[in-house]
Amino acid sequence: MHSLHSSQSLWLIPVLPLLGFLINGLLGKRLGKGAVSLVAVGTVAASFAWVLKCISALMPLEHSHIETYGTWIASGALNIPVELAIDRLTAVMLLVVTGIGSLIHIYATGYMSHEEGYERFFAYLNLFMFFMLTLVLANNYLLLFVGWEGVGLCSYLLIGFYYLKLSATNAGNKAFIVNRIGDFGFSLAMFLIFVHFGSLSFPAVFEKAKALSPESGFGWLTAICLLLLVGATGKSAQVPLYVWLPDAMEGPTPVSALIHAATMVTAGVYMVARSAALFVNAPIAMEVVAYVGLITAVLAATIGITQFDIKKVFAYSTVSQLGYMFLALGCGAFSAGIFHVVTHAFFKALLFLGAGSVIHALEGEQDIRHMGGLRSKIPVTFLTLACAWVAIAGVPPFSGFHSKDEILLAAHHHHPWMYWVGVITAGMTAFYVSRCMFMTFFGEYRGHHHPHESPWVMTGPLAVLAVLSLAGGYTHIPQFLEPVFPLKGGEHDSTLVAISVAAGLAGIALAWFLYVLSPETPKSIASALGGLYRAVYNKYYVDEVYYGTIVHPLVDGSKSILWKGLDAGIVDGAVNGAGTLARMIGGITRRFQTGNIRSYAAWVVLGSLLVLAAMTAMGGSSL
Amino acid sequence: MNLLDLVIFLPAVAFLLLLLIPAASSRQAALALSIVIFLASLGLIGPVTANPAAYSFENNIPWIETPNIRYHTGIDGLSLWLIILSTLLTPLCVLISWNYISHRVKEFYAFLLLLEFGVVGVFAALDLFLFYVFWEVTLVPMYFLIGIWGHDRRIYATVKFFLYTMAGSVLMLAAILYLYTQGGTFDYTVLTKLLQEGRINLSHNAEIYLFLAFFIAFAIKVPLWPLHTWLPDAHVEAPTAGSVMLASVMLKMGCYGIVRFCLPMFPGAARELAPWIAGFALVGISVGALVAMVQPNMKKLVAYSSVSHLGFVVLGTFAFNQQGLDGAVYQMLNHGVSTGALFMLVGFLYERQHSLEIKAYGGVATVAPKLAVIFMITTLASIGLPLLNNFVGEFLVLQGAAIANFRWAVFAALGVIFSACYMLWMYQRTFLGKTPHDVEHHVTDINTRELVAVAPLVILMVWMGTAAGGFLNPISAANAKILEQSKARVEMRAANAR
Repeated sequence: MHSLHSSQSLWLIPVLPLLGFLINGLLGKRLGKGAVSLVAVGTVAASFAWVLKCISALMPLEHSHIETYGTWIASGALNIPVELAIDRLTAVMLLVVTGIGSLIHIYATGYMSHEEGYERFFAYLNLFMFFMLTLVLANNYLLLFVGWEGVGLCSYLLIGFYYLKLSATNAGNKAFIVNRIGDFGFSLAMFLIFVHFGSLSFPAVFEKAKALSPESGFGWLTAICLLLLVGATGKSAQVPLYVWLPDAMEGPTPVSALIHAATMVTAGVYMVARSAALFVNAPIAMEVVAYVGLITAVLAATIGITQFDIKKVFAYSTVSQLGYMFLALGCGAFSAGIFHVVTHAFFKALLFLGAGSVIHALEGEQDIRHMGGLRSKIPVTFLTLACAWVAIAGVPPFSGFHSKDEILLAAHHHHPWMYWVGVITAGMTAFYVSRCMFMTFFGEYRGHHHPHESPWVMTGPLAVLAVLSLAGGYTHIPQFLEPVFPLKGGEHDSTLVAISVAAGLAGIALAWFLYVLSPETPKSIASALGGLYRAVYNKYYVDEVYYGTIVHPLVDGSKSILWKGLDAGIVDGAVNGAGTLARMIGGITRRFQTGNIRSYAAWVVLGSLLVLAAMTAMGGSSL
Repeated sequence: MNLLDLVIFLPAVAFLLLLLIPAASSRQAALALSIVIFLASLGLIGPVTANPAAYSFENNIPWIETPNIRYHTGIDGLSLWLIILSTLLTPLCVLISWNYISHRVKEFYAFLLLLEFGVVGVFAALDLFLFYVFWEVTLVPMYFLIGIWGHDRRIYATVKFFLYTMAGSVLMLAAILYLYTQGGTFDYTVLTKLLQEGRINLSHNAEIYLFLAFFIAFAIKVPLWPLHTWLPDAHVEAPTAGSVMLASVMLKMGCYGIVRFCLPMFPGAARELAPWIAGFALVGISVGALVAMVQPNMKKLVAYSSVSHLGFVVLGTFAFNQQGLDGAVYQMLNHGVSTGALFMLVGFLYERQHSLEIKAYGGVATVAPKLAVIFMITTLASIGLPLLNNFVGEFLVLQGAAIANFRWAVFAALGVIFSACYMLWMYQRTFLGKTPHDVEHHVTDINTRELVAVAPLVILMVWMGTAAGGFLNPISAANAKILEQSKARVEMRAANAR
């Protein structure tokens, strides 16, 4: 598998942002904002440049290019090298992460310019880049897990960036702990992989996995894949572990764009796609992946329809779109899933950054009920956001149309009913984004701020992302990924395409009718639906159910049963009881306390002899 | 007299010196002496790592003629880092006690050095009687450290600590004496050889009893659930330095004893009882973590987290494979580094706010940003974040457990989830949010002396997490030998049975 190319110093790709983290983290307070921005943006941009250099030097990159830098952990048969690798899948991820990462870093220098803790923010953001790049470059599961946990840490730190706010720190903890539940699955999967494959290295594991066949029905392989999926549902916010992502919007908006939309949350998709060689031999696990994706897509889309916080709408949209990606993976269309990772990174980063620009213009307002008519007041933001809008709504020929189309066709090939559910979800997607856009930019302004357009460091990245959102469908990702994921020769059914496009357009039209032509109707529909509407608006009470059935019983049970009952009551009670008993006996045997040292010595000797005699008798009898 | 003997006896000399010189200069003297001892101990690293599976710096001379007790010492890859950890933590403990200890200063530092003497001796002794003597020596200074300089309920806590440990060590003494009657020697290396070659032929029951006598003594010290209830009391009442030495070094005496003595001498019994012991370890991992989650007192929280973490050490040991044992020993060191640092940091907070209750704090990050960052790194190390030390140990233990019995790994991994809960919740309630008035008034950022005390541990967290090989390889070599010894004995016994 080793390619003939000389070393490309792949390690520089993650280490450059790490340098930025160290400089800003240690010296940031003394550097001043200008230097901090320069270091933060500069190191990420340099990393992007290095990615371009490596890829162009290694093209056509039909095989994995591996670089080893020594051993991290060695214990018996277990050997974990520090090994980075780049193939076409990694190349796509690297371009997205460093490319979009650079744009968002630039944007953030404007967005965060008035915030306390400027250097802390960029230090965390650079640290995130380091871990994310480690994640996609790793050539074994444990190193991938390093990146995986690391991005989770940065997510935690950045969600809780406004650490004076209780809701922010709560959201940070929730993200970390829910992800830990996912990582529980991931780590168990790793242990099983080592037990059965004798290695954690990708080439070694996948080589052996290819020799297996799905018909042999390996229970353990299914277990490995399902456990990996548990990890992926945590990181990529899928049912049942998606609950942390909407709360994660407590973080600054550039973080929502970079970590909680474009890159980190797609790590689960990447990991499953990377493990394709395992999944294709575990059909049951594949089926579960498809179901999880589809259920998540539908569930999150319905919630997205009812939310009024602009960031919450986009957060649920992210959850829903990630569901689409998992649907693709489950149907075996790995390259379609990655294709959607890319286009989604373009348009969802743009939606969040645009939302940030709106929030910036309105001095912190996030409720779309207090917006409206902003089209003329912040025209650049509106125009760029409109590009993301048509992209996510699946309007041809813009980017979202292409990748969604691939996924829906794969779903139809897999189970036709999955296609239909996917189409309905596409309609809902177009509807909630259009609703959000109409309420924000059309009609009369309903707030009381003085909206102002954002500076060029913010609108510049918006413009670049707008171009990518419009044209990103022509990147031919599935064709590019062919060496990794062979294309399936499915026929292109134009009827199916037309139906899904129609669903998207219908969604836009319905939103136009409800929120522009007849803005009183939604309220009456909501009140007509009554309980159903309230259930959806309150996110199906999933958080409440989790707290009621898991968190509270665990905490209360630990307190009253495990601590006060078992530990302090029974276990320590027995210890103190033994002490009391000893004192009682001591009260009786006090009579032996004559004060005569020689008699004490006699007792000690006698006692030791008794113990020895007893042990000799017990042990000696069976000698 | 070799370098190891020097490292063992210098603390005893320092103990005597400190008693002689005036109290006004005892902390300076203690610092200087403990640093000298630490620097001397660094000289042990080269020769041991060059040949980690054999004993280096061996010294074997008669101590008492009848019974035949020898001063037999030596160290290998298993004991090396534990000794370095002890000699490193002693000067750090002097530093953190600098202002904290204000009465009977001379005695305090003298006892600290006496403790170091006992601990280093425990890790170096190769004669069972000598080992027992050092084991008991450690009890005395810790008894006084808690009993004199502790908090309100110090007498209850220190008596509980003393009696509990004594109860265990009496069992161990009986077992040691019994082995003497069988082999005519206390020398561990000779006894192990006699046992392996079947020249001391223990019956099945005798082996079980002897194993248990040693194991219970060690398990109390670890402490393994349910023998742990002395620990939270001892930690809460101990002065900061006492907590640090207790958690970082003294608990490791128990873990070390299991690996050094129980496994090679009684391998059959160890394997036979492994499922039971693993069961207790698993209960300890989860129950310790869940109880830690609901503690209102910081030191108690960290104490229960220790019960959970040390459950990993015991679990890895009884997985009987290279990964599990390597992870267990690595985890001993990791726990020493990160929990030692946690107790230090909690101590710093206590010196400022005079409370160990979590609810007495809040928003500390705003008034003490450097302290907050160091506490965060320590928290992350403690919950096993990759690139920090605990991750390597936890991963190896869990991988080893998964190889032995996958269900063990499933239950143990639950503890990893809970650890994030209790540590992050504590961090949030202590450091984040708005700063109440009294916290703003009392809590200042970490000072230079404190920074110097905790920095070596933070550096070790990163170092041991990223460049694990330098530490792990000598351990691994020594463990491979221990596993080989214990396996050979079990196989021989099986052959004899046929």
